[in-house]
Amino acid sequence: MSNKKVILDYNATPVIDQVGVLDRIDRITSRSLKKDAKMHGLKLALSMIDLTTLEGADTDKKVIQLCNKAMHLHDAMPGLPTVAAVCVYPNFVETAKKTLKGTKIKVASVATAFPSGQSSREIKLLDTKLAVDNGADEVDMVISRGRFHEGDYSFVFDEIAAIKEACGKARLKVILETGELGTFDKVRRASDIAIYAGADFIKTSTGKISPAATLPVTSVMLEAIKDYYYKTGIQVGMKPAGGISNAKLALQYLLLVKETLGDAWLTNEWFRFGASSLANDVLMQIVKQTTGIYQSKDYFSKD
Amino acid sequence: MTKINLNSTWEFAPSLESTDHINLKKQYELFIGGKWVKPSSGKYFDTVNPATEEKLAAIAEANDKDVDKAVKAARKAYNEVWSKMPASERGKYIYRIARLIQERAREFAVIETLDGGKPIREARDIDVPLAAAHFFYYAGWADKLNYAFPNRNPMPLGVAGQIVPWNFPLLMVAWKIAPALATGNTVVLKPAETTPLTALKLAEIIQEAGLPDGVVNIITGAGVTGAAIVNHEDIDKIAFTGSTGVGKIIQNAIAGTNKKATLELGGKAANIIFEDAALDQAVEGIINGIYFNQGHVCCAGSRLFVQESVYDLVMRKLKDRMASLVVGNPLDKNTDIGAINSKEQLNTINKYLKIGKAEGAEMYQTDCSLPKKGYWCKPTLFTGVSQSNRIVQEEIFGPVLAVQTFRTVAEVIEKANNTPYGLSAGVWTDKGAKLFNMTSQLKAGVIWGNTFNKFDPSSPFGGFKESGFGREGGLHGLKAYLKVKGS
Repeated sequence: MSNKKVILDYNATPVIDQVGVLDRIDRITSRSLKKDAKMHGLKLALSMIDLTTLEGADTDKKVIQLCNKAMHLHDAMPGLPTVAAVCVYPNFVETAKKTLKGTKIKVASVATAFPSGQSSREIKLLDTKLAVDNGADEVDMVISRGRFHEGDYSFVFDEIAAIKEACGKARLKVILETGELGTFDKVRRASDIAIYAGADFIKTSTGKISPAATLPVTSVMLEAIKDYYYKTGIQVGMKPAGGISNAKLALQYLLLVKETLGDAWLTNEWFRFGASSLANDVLMQIVKQTTGIYQSKDYFSKD
Repeated sequence: MTKINLNSTWEFAPSLESTDHINLKKQYELFIGGKWVKPSSGKYFDTVNPATEEKLAAIAEANDKDVDKAVKAARKAYNEVWSKMPASERGKYIYRIARLIQERAREFAVIETLDGGKPIREARDIDVPLAAAHFFYYAGWADKLNYAFPNRNPMPLGVAGQIVPWNFPLLMVAWKIAPALATGNTVVLKPAETTPLTALKLAEIIQEAGLPDGVVNIITGAGVTGAAIVNHEDIDKIAFTGSTGVGKIIQNAIAGTNKKATLELGGKAANIIFEDAALDQAVEGIINGIYFNQGHVCCAGSRLFVQESVYDLVMRKLKDRMASLVVGNPLDKNTDIGAINSKEQLNTINKYLKIGKAEGAEMYQTDCSLPKKGYWCKPTLFTGVSQSNRIVQEEIFGPVLAVQTFRTVAEVIEKANNTPYGLSAGVWTDKGAKLFNMTSQLKAGVIWGNTFNKFDPSSPFGGFKESGFGREGGLHGLKAYLKVKGS
């Protein structure tokens, strides 16, 4: 890690050409994973999932059920990894922490007036404090998209920096909500702002807005992470979230990471999927790879 | 400096396209007058898979007599059937050929890959679909020529002699045959001697489509056979795609005759990256520009010009992207760079690698392993070169990029145009005005803006200067096969 001071010029963030991004993704989606390579990817994907419930209807009992799923993905098949984390609202962090005690599964909490981010700095800091005080290992914040569209980049930057400080030891994931940003140029600028302001992870979406994560958007964000790493030697993680519900797509994300950032990012310390239904499809594929037979969906638990 | 290791331990498992569905004969004859005819010489040559050096089939070698037979068949078909047929009927045959190519796309893609060494991904996603698209496009024009050239009474030329190269065997056949048929001409076509199989498979489709005998004749052989076509006195038009050297010989040979010609020859395209460009995507364009089809592309972006202020950044990004290119078995769906088309071509490329090093350029190749058998070249780039270097001046026709820097618009235009070739160019900038300023000053037939190596049947393709003359594709491609009043 270097001590070189790196300053972000908001008006000099790299431009992105949409056609070229799509060309790059065409090359990724035409890759073909077979046998051992596929199995390796599937297990990796499983270990990177942030199993998520972010509903108005969430209850303690629902969160406990989700935590059980996280710990017991498919006990019929031994040797499987667990997911990386469980992601909940701040008021369920305590419950999740208690349920997951003794496992390596992290508890992530959304904060900062998730999902819209429409509140005061004070409330957002309190929201973050609530999550951290309840024991969250990771905080998933949202950026102020309205201020971003107004061009008030310093506000967005300062807000992220303030939340980062409030996180203490918890790792901070910064949600750009790319579905509300409109262009790849803006995705890149928001990525740079979040990274330079101290994000440990950048994350595409809340899952509440469509489109959520896509491969092209993820590609743009991975390039931002890469440029920053080359400048500073500091690693930043990536979390696409929302809309990744099948194993094939998850593998394509991993191939994009492999070809853009290499093995150093292919661990759940630096790459996550925010998803609720992905795990079962990955499990189904793992069982199929092992036994040669697709099993009924009813053999995989739904929590 | 901080480094990222892109040599992932997560390696692809083999993912081979199956070959059991393809139907190849052990020996191919000449396709003349709608029938398979033995060569009068009785001679055959082998076509081999450049990835394994294994023989795929024996191919008939046509001599003067066979060429004469083919031209006579084409003339007869022209006089008696094809020129008299209503244009809408002609169009139906061409549509039928297009559909049959689509139906057998997988077989064509696999054979193209086996015979030529190109990755199955490209044969499957680019060569074969584009070939079908060309037939579809020109089929639509067949009965609308009077709308393409209003009040100019477009008339066919007669018999077209067509000679195609080995880099896009089926696609180049489509570029040649489709407009010729749509405009009412008949055809004698010769595929390249190293890649004749998809043209011969197309002959099977032409039979299946019920095209009248002799409208398309496909004969095989090397340069001597090509010369016999060029020199045959009853040919009205020569359409040639290949090297500038052979193009010059053809132009000499037809001087003083009534033969019309279109020549699509070599190139040494400038691919120009400005500091304001979307650099990550420009890098993707550099890769597509030079490593597409092993660099066996006449319009390949083989001369890279990078503005000095972003040179280090672009080189870092380019080398990172090169690290993920998979070189190897062309039938593997993950292969990005396949086999060099022939031993002869590999020797040419290796000769230039030596020249580059001897000239003092710095050579960079990716760290990948190559198969033991077959003809291979790692993706290569040369830095520290200038316009004075031979590897910058001469067409290498391989996966070899020569990188130069520039400071100003005026400087890069001068350097980009400082070549005997003028087939294509690429410009990368985020400024629209700069892009159009560049495109109006670059002397090249095709200029891509913020992309490279994109093809469409509706878009004309052809060169300036020693890259040839005449256009293929689009309306321009029709005109090359017509007598049109007032021109």
